[in-house]
Amino acid sequence: MTSTGTHDGSLEQLKREGRIVVVGASLAGLRAAETMREKGFAGSLTMIGDEPYEPYDRPPLSKQVLLGNAVADHTALPRRRAIDADWRLGVPATGLDMAARRVELGNGDAVEYDRLLIATGVRARPWPNAEEGALKGVFVLRTRDDGEGLQRALAAGPRRVLVIGAGFTGSEIASACRERGLDVTVAERGDAPLVGALGGVIGAVAAEMNRENGVDLRTGVMVTSLEGDPSGRVRAAHFSDGSTVEADVVVVSLGAQRNTEWLSGSGLGAGPRGIACDAGCRAFDVRGIVTDDIYVAGDVARSPHALFGYQFLSLEHWGNAVAQADTAAHNMLSVSADRRPHLWVPAFWSSQFGVNIKSVGVPPMGTEILITQGSLAERRFAAAYGYQGRLIAAVTFDNCRWLPFYEQQIEATAPFPPPFSTVDRRPEGTKPMPADFPDPSVPTHGPTITLSGYSPADRKMTFTPGR
Amino acid sequence: MTQALLREIIDYANRANPYPLYEELRKTPVSHDGDGPYVVSTYYEIHSLLHDPRISSDAKNLKATGDDLLGEQSDEEGTTLPPSFLKLDPPDHDRLRRMTNRPFGPPHAPRRVHDMRDELGTLVSGLIDGIVETGQLDRIDLVDQFAYPFPVSVICRLLGIPREDEPRFHVWAEALAASLDPDPDADPTKRGQGAMDARMELGMYLAGLIEERRKKPGDDMLSQLATADGPDGAMTTMEALSTSALLLIAGHETTVNLITNGMLTLLRHPEVLQRLRNDPDLAIPIVEELLRYEPPVQLLPQRTTLSDIEVAGVTIPKGASVWLMLASGNRDPKRFENPDRFDPDREDIQHLGLGSGIHSCFGAPLARQEAQLALSELARRLENPRLLEDPPPYRQNSVLRGPRHLPIACDGIRP
Ligand SMILES: Cc1cc2nc3c(=O)[nH]c(=O)nc-3n(C[C@H](O)[C@H](O)[C@H](O)COP(=O)(O)OP(=O)(O)OC[C@H]3O[C@@H](n4cnc5c(N)ncnc54)[C@H](O)[C@@H]3O)c2cc1C
Repeated sequence: MTSTGTHDGSLEQLKREGRIVVVGASLAGLRAAETMREKGFAGSLTMIGDEPYEPYDRPPLSKQVLLGNAVADHTALPRRRAIDADWRLGVPATGLDMAARRVELGNGDAVEYDRLLIATGVRARPWPNAEEGALKGVFVLRTRDDGEGLQRALAAGPRRVLVIGAGFTGSEIASACRERGLDVTVAERGDAPLVGALGGVIGAVAAEMNRENGVDLRTGVMVTSLEGDPSGRVRAAHFSDGSTVEADVVVVSLGAQRNTEWLSGSGLGAGPRGIACDAGCRAFDVRGIVTDDIYVAGDVARSPHALFGYQFLSLEHWGNAVAQADTAAHNMLSVSADRRPHLWVPAFWSSQFGVNIKSVGVPPMGTEILITQGSLAERRFAAAYGYQGRLIAAVTFDNCRWLPFYEQQIEATAPFPPPFSTVDRRPEGTKPMPADFPDPSVPTHGPTITLSGYSPADRKMTFTPGR
Repeated sequence: MTQALLREIIDYANRANPYPLYEELRKTPVSHDGDGPYVVSTYYEIHSLLHDPRISSDAKNLKATGDDLLGEQSDEEGTTLPPSFLKLDPPDHDRLRRMTNRPFGPPHAPRRVHDMRDELGTLVSGLIDGIVETGQLDRIDLVDQFAYPFPVSVICRLLGIPREDEPRFHVWAEALAASLDPDPDADPTKRGQGAMDARMELGMYLAGLIEERRKKPGDDMLSQLATADGPDGAMTTMEALSTSALLLIAGHETTVNLITNGMLTLLRHPEVLQRLRNDPDLAIPIVEELLRYEPPVQLLPQRTTLSDIEVAGVTIPKGASVWLMLASGNRDPKRFENPDRFDPDREDIQHLGLGSGIHSCFGAPLARQEAQLALSELARRLENPRLLEDPPPYRQNSVLRGPRHLPIACDGIRP
């Protein structure tokens, strides 16, 4: 079957006997596959994943798994329904031939498709010095194997753990270490933990949280090198301020890189910032022309969002992966008039040091912040972010029940500062202050949201190909 | 028009089936006239207001008193105690609720409710055995003989009321319940006095118990509230008193109705009752659907706006009284397919039966467990149960709605 499925009858044919290939057998890939079957797709479905495991859940890896409360191989994602797929696990996709509609695999095989969904996500950014990164005791945390290895290293009772990078993952790791009674040092290049994602005002709260819980937090410094002992085990790290920290476990938590290399040269609009797609999850080619048969979802996608000035958002959010997969799957099996835009309001959660943190909207877009409820000092609050007189995001610490309200306000493009009174409004919540995000040109641990791209009014569109 | 509809809803004559009136009400999601309350009747609007920080649960934010339609029905604590967290806003609400939750639920007491299972089972069996002992199976009042005593005993065990004092406690609880459910024929001053007396006596009794527990703490909630050493510290005696009064009232007035409404609904749907008899686990979805279909708390009449709020095109002004019609939202066809159908196989069931947001039912896990156990045991043990009156006589109360009596008959009771 060769039709694109947009003409009369061909869509029915696609649903009946088409071939759909999903590359990236994790959260987004699985959820999309389930939706496709739900929508009556009866053709062949191939799931390609380079990890040897069936789809599993990552958030527990930095939380329950590190605490030893859950085993890494028990984090398999619950199935919403059977998907009857041809699973190709443990084999990477290595190339894409858009003209022949064919995905090439690492084992020399090739799989042809009528529709392709790319959900290859991101991987942990490795320690820049490969030799140092290969020392025993040096970890990153992205996969089940990473989680299991790190949990085992923590269970062995290291004398000190060093976490490099205080983003969400780094902070959660530090929190788990403290909960296990381990000494931990956190090194962060920015002025505070979480500054890239939530700004300096909230970062200061996070810093306090770290210190009160006994984390040796070093901010405004970089780790310049890792040092191993003669047996090839890490033993110390050297800092840009000249200091040295001895640690037998080091976790590199410097953000993520998009898994797009396998597409270089394919002609698809894929690069280090992800794969650009339209609001309906259809991928762009390098010429900026939308494809008809290639869709993108999850962490690897970069899509324009109407609520945020049509900027292209790259999100590393669990909920985004689920929602975008659903939209992509729906659109893959729909004629153009029935397609839906992916209009999910970004939302993220984290839990660290016993505090439940949640955000909606795009905090890094905010220039001002206002504590709308509760108090920073109690670490129980809701804060709103403002951007050009609009409410653009909100974050709560141990106060998440109010979050749906802020989400609605963001959707309704409500004004900032909010003109209303609320329950639990304290004196510190009467005046907006600068949200205090670091200069985006100075790298921190890598924010979990990046904004890029251009509004439809902006005609200059340039493409940065893969390295 | 709203006022008239509201009056009809509150009118006892419509107690047995207010749902057609709710349907009428939903034609205007936010309705208001005269100086009455703003009445919100549709699912999404109610849900969003339950998460709206511009809404207060603290009565002192109410500007105009408006038309006191419900009279004293809504006043469960009187003026003798400081307001319980049900009637407070954050931060006070949060602090008290947190302190109450510490001994009750996760993360600090993750197993409390679960560990009561055996005790609940014993209570349920005991009450059903009690029915057997009366030897009268041709007229059982499921309210007086089962649904009423059960949750009060549960609260007693939870708070740590000594067994020998339970009978006294039941008497006070009953007097308080009566004040929530005024008999229109009774002399109002006398009735009020009775409730006041019961409240006083109960308060004194609990205060004494709290003092005792301070000296010699046990494993019960009263001890833990009075002696807690968490980040929020312990409660003052007054706080512990108003909290236990809240647990007592909210914890059983609602459960009685959940169980009774549940049994009534099952008797009206014998095929579901039969399924439950064969599969006790079906009690879980049945109770969820009941909370949607016949919620024990029909409406929340105690919300006030702190700002002007626009809802469904209507601006509710600051200081207005807002009624959230939970039972109506639960049957909103925009939210639930076939909303008037009792369907325990429903998959998407995010009902409003336990509220939502920061005031969502504190005792929800316990209430669920009580109702699941009660219904599955009744289904298992009663042989050929049938309703003797349909509809049964209802209680006066339109907020906490449920049958006052549920006369049934059965052919026998299995061991
Ligand atoms: C430790 C940790 C904690 C997290 N905690 C939270 C949290 O608390 N809240 C939250 O909102 N989000 C959290 N996240 C983020 C969340 O897990 C991601 O947003 C989500 O996993 C994205 O799903 P995805 O399917 O798009 O990508 P991924 O889960 O990254 O899956 C992509 C899959 O594709 C595979 N792949 C890559 N390249 C190829 C190739 N060429 N061929 C075949 N397969 C390939 C990858 O190996 C991977 O299995 C966390 C992530 C991690 C790692």
